Amino acid sequence: MIGELTNKYLRMDRLPHMWCPGCGHGIALGALLRAFDRVKIDKDKTVILSGIGCASRAVGYLDFSTVHTTHGRALAFATGLRLLRDDVKVIVIMGDGDALAIGGNHFIHACRRNIDITAIVLNNQIYGMTGGQSSPTTPQSRLSTTTPYGNFARAFDFCNLAIGAGATYVARATAYHASLMTELYANAIKHHGFSFVETFTQCPVNYGRRNKFPDPASMLQYMKDISVPFKVAQNMGSDELQGKIVIGELIKEKEDVELNEVVRERIMKFRGGAQ
Amino acid sequence: MSQSSHLEPVVNRAFCKGCGICIEFCPANILEFDEQRKCRVTDPEKCIKCYQCEMRCPDFAIELVEKGEKK
Ligand SMILES: Cc1ncc(C[n+]2csc(CCOP(=O)(O)OP(=O)(O)O)c2C)c(N)n1
Ligand code: SF4
Ligand code: SF4
Ligand code: SF4
Ligand SMILES: [Mg+2]
Repeated sequence: MIGELTNKYLRMDRLPHMWCPGCGHGIALGALLRAFDRVKIDKDKTVILSGIGCASRAVGYLDFSTVHTTHGRALAFATGLRLLRDDVKVIVIMGDGDALAIGGNHFIHACRRNIDITAIVLNNQIYGMTGGQSSPTTPQSRLSTTTPYGNFARAFDFCNLAIGAGATYVARATAYHASLMTELYANAIKHHGFSFVETFTQCPVNYGRRNKFPDPASMLQYMKDISVPFKVAQNMGSDELQGKIVIGELIKEKEDVELNEVVRERIMKFRGGAQ
Repeated sequence: MSQSSHLEPVVNRAFCKGCGICIEFCPANILEFDEQRKCRVTDPEKCIKCYQCEMRCPDFAIELVEKGEKK
């Protein structure tokens, strides 16, 4: 199965990829290939964009029209592209630092506009590529090169932020839950409007080592242990949910009109009905 | 599982980075490190075809394939 999918969707001459042994970004890339297969994606009608970081390196391997943009700006490029070409599927892959630190503003406004883009964030809770600085999602008291006494600040809840900003599809998986991840990616791609899947991945090198995870598998085990399915979480208090990861589809709205349709409708109107 | 009984896990050693994820989570306990810290299948007959190794391998290095069809 996976061999067939890598042949179909990846630039095989670029493999093996540059990610470190046990890096969770590779698990997410595999799930994305399975999702592509499930939704029967049209390679010639799909553009995949990314920012900068280890997560964003994914586009270098994907055999599609791809754009490796600048750090934090992938959603801005994607918005422009989608407004120009509403016949293509637009998918954006980012890291947590990419999407939420330098790119935080682009992220909330893409959610707010409800433009038909699928945003996938590989959240390893650290700046992996640059050597392990803390990111907006590094949990409180965790160690990084910039928080040597433990992170004093609280972490963002990425999904709540997206919901608050108006995204119409918001879901979360972890690298342990690879088959759930596949399902969520497929549903996000099919969704009409802005869809966001936060994916917890492990960075064994720049996060795991500093935070006493002996190997990549122990990081996956930890993700499993602290995950709670959305339905179960509904019956839990906020105290009980402290330190947990709620996984599954958190919001899925159907009726919304996507930004492009509004724009096109207005253009028609102002031109007096002529196209 | 009769339909999939002709499948077996096969490791692509050129891609395997020896992260140990598949080894840790294999419910049949049939994966281990070889001398070069690459994944090795000890007893393919005991594989329950759960695909957990294939789905969690970050390097696309382990796959269930038709028996006898070496990668
Ligand atoms: C404008 C700009 N600022 C800073 C950097 C340096 N930089 C490269 S990647 C990165 C952060 C990567 O972290 P994340 O987005 O979480 O991705 P990861 O590597 O963890 O997958 C930073 C700060 C840059 N390339 N461009
Ligand atoms: S530094 Fe971390 S995020 Fe980057 S490839 Fe290595 S393990 Fe993955
Ligand atoms: S398919 Fe399941 S039982 Fe078979 S090797 Fe992989 S993890 Fe083990
Ligand atoms: S998960 Fe993949 S890379 Fe890691 S040891 Fe197993 S086969 Fe090798
Ligand atoms: Mg990161």
